[in-house]
Amino acid sequence: MDTFSETAFVLLATLLKVAIVLLVLLTTIAYLSWLERKVVAHIQARWGPYFVGPHGLLQPVADGIKFLFKEDIVPLEADRFLYWLAPFVGFTLAFLSIAVIPFGEGFTFRGHTIRFQIADLNVGLLFVFAVTSLGVYSIVLAGWSSNSKYPLFGALRSSAQMISYELALGFAVVGVLMISGTLSLRGIVEGQGGFWHLGGVNTFLPHWNVFVQPAGFLVYFTAAVAETNRVPFDLPEGETELVGGFHTEYSSLKFAMFFMAEYANMVTVSCLATLLFFGGWHGPVFGPGVLRALLPVFWFCLKVFCFLFVYIWMRGTLPRFRYDQLMAFGWKFLLPVALLNVLATSLVIAWLTAS
Amino acid sequence: MVLLFYICAALAVLAALNVILQRTPVYSALSLIVVLCALAVVYLLLGAEFMAVIQVIVYAGAIMVLFVFVIMLLNARPEAPSQRSRLARWLGAPLVAAFLVEMLVVIWQQFPAARGPAAATLDAGPAAVGHLLFRNYVLPFEVTSILVLVAILGAVVLAKKEL
Repeated sequence: MDTFSETAFVLLATLLKVAIVLLVLLTTIAYLSWLERKVVAHIQARWGPYFVGPHGLLQPVADGIKFLFKEDIVPLEADRFLYWLAPFVGFTLAFLSIAVIPFGEGFTFRGHTIRFQIADLNVGLLFVFAVTSLGVYSIVLAGWSSNSKYPLFGALRSSAQMISYELALGFAVVGVLMISGTLSLRGIVEGQGGFWHLGGVNTFLPHWNVFVQPAGFLVYFTAAVAETNRVPFDLPEGETELVGGFHTEYSSLKFAMFFMAEYANMVTVSCLATLLFFGGWHGPVFGPGVLRALLPVFWFCLKVFCFLFVYIWMRGTLPRFRYDQLMAFGWKFLLPVALLNVLATSLVIAWLTAS
Repeated sequence: MVLLFYICAALAVLAALNVILQRTPVYSALSLIVVLCALAVVYLLLGAEFMAVIQVIVYAGAIMVLFVFVIMLLNARPEAPSQRSRLARWLGAPLVAAFLVEMLVVIWQQFPAARGPAAATLDAGPAAVGHLLFRNYVLPFEVTSILVLVAILGAVVLAKKEL
């Protein structure tokens, strides 16, 4: 095959992958909102959405149409350019990090290996962190440009919270990086295949990082919930004190963009938790070739779904933190634990390589 | 690749100009973020993915957030142009021009072959950077961290009236 058609093939495959991933992600986000309302309702002994479609299954469609046709209000004193820019920044960044997430191993098609991943960066993990660290601007700009009290307070709280918990988030994954020795997300997952062997005996425990990095995982997940501004760390939009936080003045499609960005971030964070600590796409694989290629994707999606469910579960269960508690918890508990975890992991690795 | 370099370089220069010319502090800070991101893309084109990503995480994602945070906290208004001194008016432009020419001459002499983004021959991966930082340059690294620590302590002492 000559080089031109080779390039064309790669381009076509990539475009196709982008289209499929975007479609799946958007559908996931839409039905995540349905799932959240349903699960929280059942936790509170209610029925939740029930009238649009069977069990309210068409509710996301109705919501989308509603957002589309609502009036788009811009505050008189708002900084128009930044007010318009903020939701776009948040939306774009939230969808960007999905590009480096590997969903499965991939398959061979007429001599070409097609991977279930849009782009395999050798610094994939850091790329996700870079994109999420920029996400705070969307919130800050939204709060500032609205030129209104409550959004500004929400944005201030949010930026302080996200800066604080980003540190713990970063340190929590250092242990995993030391074990796998790579920053590529694909490489990290590939190091987690098979079972743990203890002194030459097969324990039949999956070779997942969570079993050697439990502290790292707990810190990661807690910090991730705070990074995505979800309950119990949803002070930036604490409606009892701040009306709606940074997006108080937003309406219509712009509000929907913030909403979708938050859910997309939840998906990204859950994907990372799966990849870093729960073995990514690894799981029992059997059957004919097609099943062998698709089962890893299924395992990956199942694990991500479990995390998303825990997110919603927590929202239905836990009360909100107070602001000083939030700061004290982040700086005086999570960060030291993450640092100790790094120290302990490096000591164990040094001891293992020495002996 | 070369086209992308010129686009990013032009974007960086334009945004840098905007940092200075803007009257509103928030817009200045945002332009600076654009500069940093454009530079990150240039690093990426040179094959230094690690440096590019670190640039975005540290500068755009952490330091600039603090800048924007402070600007918001002070609720800084658009600034009136300051009364320029006569000396600055006469000396400013020639000095800038002289400095620019000097820089260009030095770059021209040092890298006569460099007419565009050079192909990366250096390994700029995380492992290579780590080796350099913690083996060859460990003393400067540690001295810098102590310097930063002293600066933080100084800032806390200055800012807090009672400790």
